[in-house]
Amino acid sequence: MTVPFPIATAAFWATAAMIAAIVLTSTAGEVLTAAAMKSIGDLDEIRAESGLKGAIRAVVTCPLFFAGLGFLALSFFSLLFALNHMSVSFVAPASASLTLVTNAIAGKFFLKENVNRKRWISAVLVCIGVYFLAH
Amino acid sequence: MAQAKLQPHQYMVLGLVSVCTPLGDSCLSRGMSQLPAITLAHPTSLIAAVFTPWIALGIALLIGYFASYLTALSWADLTFVMPAAGLGNVVLALLARFWLHDPISLERWAGIVLITVGVGFVAQGPSLTEHPVAEPEPVKEEAAQ
Repeated sequence: MTVPFPIATAAFWATAAMIAAIVLTSTAGEVLTAAAMKSIGDLDEIRAESGLKGAIRAVVTCPLFFAGLGFLALSFFSLLFALNHMSVSFVAPASASLTLVTNAIAGKFFLKENVNRKRWISAVLVCIGVYFLAH
Repeated sequence: MAQAKLQPHQYMVLGLVSVCTPLGDSCLSRGMSQLPAITLAHPTSLIAAVFTPWIALGIALLIGYFASYLTALSWADLTFVMPAAGLGNVVLALLARFWLHDPISLERWAGIVLITVGVGFVAQGPSLTEHPVAEPEPVKEEAAQ
């Protein structure tokens, strides 16, 4: 997987902007969605107590979930737009591997998750692995 | 209460997260590459793209992914679920090798090993960060007058 344009050209910056748009909107959406699901509680338990309708009701009545969904929708259309201009073999791994790292940072600072050394190593290994896999 | 150690059905949910993503992305890619170039001047053509067969199938798979993903996030950390989702790339590469008989280069095997080791690292630890519950401060006894 190589950047299909020489650095410092308009095409390079357009590519960078498309990838950045996917990564930033996806990270914002995933952090907001994760915060929403933590505030709702274990969906398996809610489904056991109130059934599938109860679990769906718990999700769709959470405003934070819709904020996350809005950003994920933006990320989806950014992905569609990028796929229309670039190959999936470049767009999917580049955005997926960068999102792993931005999610680890956002998870630590916004969700106060315990991102210990093992999780950092895991995020970096998977990030490099996705890069190699798409090469 | 959510538990730090996962149950078998929770591993199955993580498996669905892994498999639905690469399959859905592949369908979207096939659908979008068949369409003429879309520009920012005509953003509504992106909406029309949603109703083409490959894009619709891709969206159905991504809805399956999203339902599994939301369920996983309700009992596990985001930084636990994300690397597990990366395992989907390995599944896709192995399917291509053993089902479609596509050759896998040394670099791709390296990628498969790195992702598997990375997921192994995160799977060893607890799936959920336990935040301490704030307890009310004990009432200080006033000093004897």
